Amino acid sequence: MNTLFAILFYFATLVLVVGTFYRISIYTRTPAPLKIPTTPAPMTSGGVVLRMMREVFLFESLFKANLWTWGLGWLFHASLALVLLRHLRYFTEPVWSWVVLLQPFGMYAGITMVLGVAGLWARRIFVERIRYISTPSDHLMLVLFLVIGLSGLTMRFVVHGDVIAVKGFMLGLMHFNLQPLPANIGLYVHLSLVAVLMMIFPISKLLHAPGLFFSPSRNQVDNPREKRHIAAWARKLEAEK
Amino acid sequence: MADITAPAYRVIPIIPALKPGAMEGSGPYVSGEKMNEALGFPGKLVDDWHDKAIAKMGDLLGKYRSLKVYMDACVHCGACSDKCHYFIGTQDPKNMPVARQDLMRSVYRRYFTLPGKLFPKLVGARDLTREVLDEWHNYFHQCSECRRCSVFCPYGIDTAEVTMAARDILDSVGYGQKYDIEIIGKVHKIGNNLGLPGPALRDTMEGLEEDVKEDTGLDIRFPIDVKGAEVLLITPSADFFAEPHIDSLIGYAKVFHATGTSWTLSSMSSEAANFGMFIGNYEQLRKVALRIREAALELGVKRIVVGECGHAWRVAYSFWNTLCGVGDGADPDDQFARMLQKQLDHRYKQPTHICEFTWDMIERGALAFDKEANDKHIITFHDSCNVARGSSMGGYPGGQFDIPRNVIKSVANHFVEMDPSTTHEKTFCCGGGGGLLTDDLMELRVKGALPRMEVLQQVVDEHGVNFLAVICAICKTQFSKTMPIYGFDRRMVGGVHQLVSNAIRLGAK
Repeated sequence: MNTLFAILFYFATLVLVVGTFYRISIYTRTPAPLKIPTTPAPMTSGGVVLRMMREVFLFESLFKANLWTWGLGWLFHASLALVLLRHLRYFTEPVWSWVVLLQPFGMYAGITMVLGVAGLWARRIFVERIRYISTPSDHLMLVLFLVIGLSGLTMRFVVHGDVIAVKGFMLGLMHFNLQPLPANIGLYVHLSLVAVLMMIFPISKLLHAPGLFFSPSRNQVDNPREKRHIAAWARKLEAEK
Repeated sequence: MADITAPAYRVIPIIPALKPGAMEGSGPYVSGEKMNEALGFPGKLVDDWHDKAIAKMGDLLGKYRSLKVYMDACVHCGACSDKCHYFIGTQDPKNMPVARQDLMRSVYRRYFTLPGKLFPKLVGARDLTREVLDEWHNYFHQCSECRRCSVFCPYGIDTAEVTMAARDILDSVGYGQKYDIEIIGKVHKIGNNLGLPGPALRDTMEGLEEDVKEDTGLDIRFPIDVKGAEVLLITPSADFFAEPHIDSLIGYAKVFHATGTSWTLSSMSSEAANFGMFIGNYEQLRKVALRIREAALELGVKRIVVGECGHAWRVAYSFWNTLCGVGDGADPDDQFARMLQKQLDHRYKQPTHICEFTWDMIERGALAFDKEANDKHIITFHDSCNVARGSSMGGYPGGQFDIPRNVIKSVANHFVEMDPSTTHEKTFCCGGGGGLLTDDLMELRVKGALPRMEVLQQVVDEHGVNFLAVICAICKTQFSKTMPIYGFDRRMVGGVHQLVSNAIRLGAK
């Protein structure tokens, strides 16, 4: 089991990192030939950074769209961020002091994360319009998060796992020095699904995370009259004349 | 067409229930062989359309970051699902922005992503079949590219970009839309969308001068092809004779007259509209825009001013600098753009919207008004989609909302706003934008106007509004056609410069 999980995690990390960088490299390489910010839009780069921060941290556009989706979505994402930060303790020795401070918050965030996912799933099932647009993978994605969250919470609150050993395993992975992983079904489920999540990240709708930063309607400065903007392939048309 | 009736108003705000297939067979006419070929597209649907379409899609995915990112990023959250006026008006689920995008995204997933190649059912991927292609033709011509959905999307996914790509693909396999293709043909051949040739245009302007003289007793000019004029006016050709458009044209002429601005139209480039944007074809978009460059260079003008037209202002404001160099800030080695930019007067923004021009003159005190002349009007303002969400005015974010309102308030006493959830950036499209202003889509246009009509009815009931001011030729035509179906007088709609025209003080200044 040790070796199996070690291979799985090395592979998943490779897919996540290489895949995501590959995607980002495609986005970077693909030109945006026209100025298409959704206006009113900032007319300076500083303004764009602020607009982007509001989207990333507050989900500004979603807030305008639908309060339920915004509330549940924000709860889920903010909780997930806390949970991920809390998990840093498995990868650092000694644990950074701010990660130590986060521990109790991260623990409750596990619960709110599961609530957020459950709410989003309920919306997908019960709201006619959202049900219509949902594919099986949309449902499975939520199931994935739900099971990861529930298995994590189970180990935290119900059947305690040997966290010291898990940490030993993770640190071992990082230093290419394989350590035993505690035999625990909940842990196996938790870790396998996390690995699945890492692997599908670069090939699924989870790309919305990097995608947002490359969205021309949000990241462009609205200054088309002041500065000529032209893509390389479009410039060629001018030479052809 | 006469049998199309208005759908009943609903209690606002309401999210309509789905009626699958409601608009399944309501798409537009297919473009004909000759008109397709005139634009360099295949005459009719080619035999190997499947491979050609997929290849074209791959080509566009490599050229447009917007398309690439938008295909990947959607999480089906549903934020956009109740935001489209066509969905609200028709209840067809495929008119939900996300579902419209998915018509293409499903094909993208099948041919361009690993999960779609391996597990199509799981991720909602589909082969590009003839049925799918027909569905594209139908539903990508039920989108007016108004960008309302993109305001609400957490990733800024703009369905207009997807619709444009889909139409570009359809055209490339010989399966275009009659109205758009026909109109672009006319622009290239004659110089404007309405097919009004130079001599006829000159006649019309002379007639207009006589009419205005009769009305005001003043020699207000409507000059054409005047070399060395300061301003080149590029305006939608509907302004030359359609009602109520022409009243705004008279308004522009009066503003130029009252401020002593020398100006001219161009017979070669007598059209602000650029349907190249609607069909999402960069080459056409550029080719149509190049006429403005040519006219400006030929006439040696210092400023380019754009008349009341929504999508034209988006193209002018956001794209002209890119397409044909009308603007500022070209690189030192950019000969193409600098050639024109060194001719233009950069004390002013290039191009300038006619509302910016008029407002600037009002602020300088160069214009005076008898506001009482508009006292019979209780006015509300409909923000046109392309102006609201695809452009700006005045050099600051949101100027596109303030400036037309400032102008209205300077020339009239009675102004009220409609429901704020349907104005400014959240405005509804009139229902006829995006290249859909054709009789074969009348059912769609009437249903698409419903959300705006409902909100208009509120201010009519509460404040007695009797004038719907707009700054878009398409809005004007669409509303004058559909408003009677909703029981409004067609003369209720008019341009902002029509109001300016009513109140402007001439001669005295």
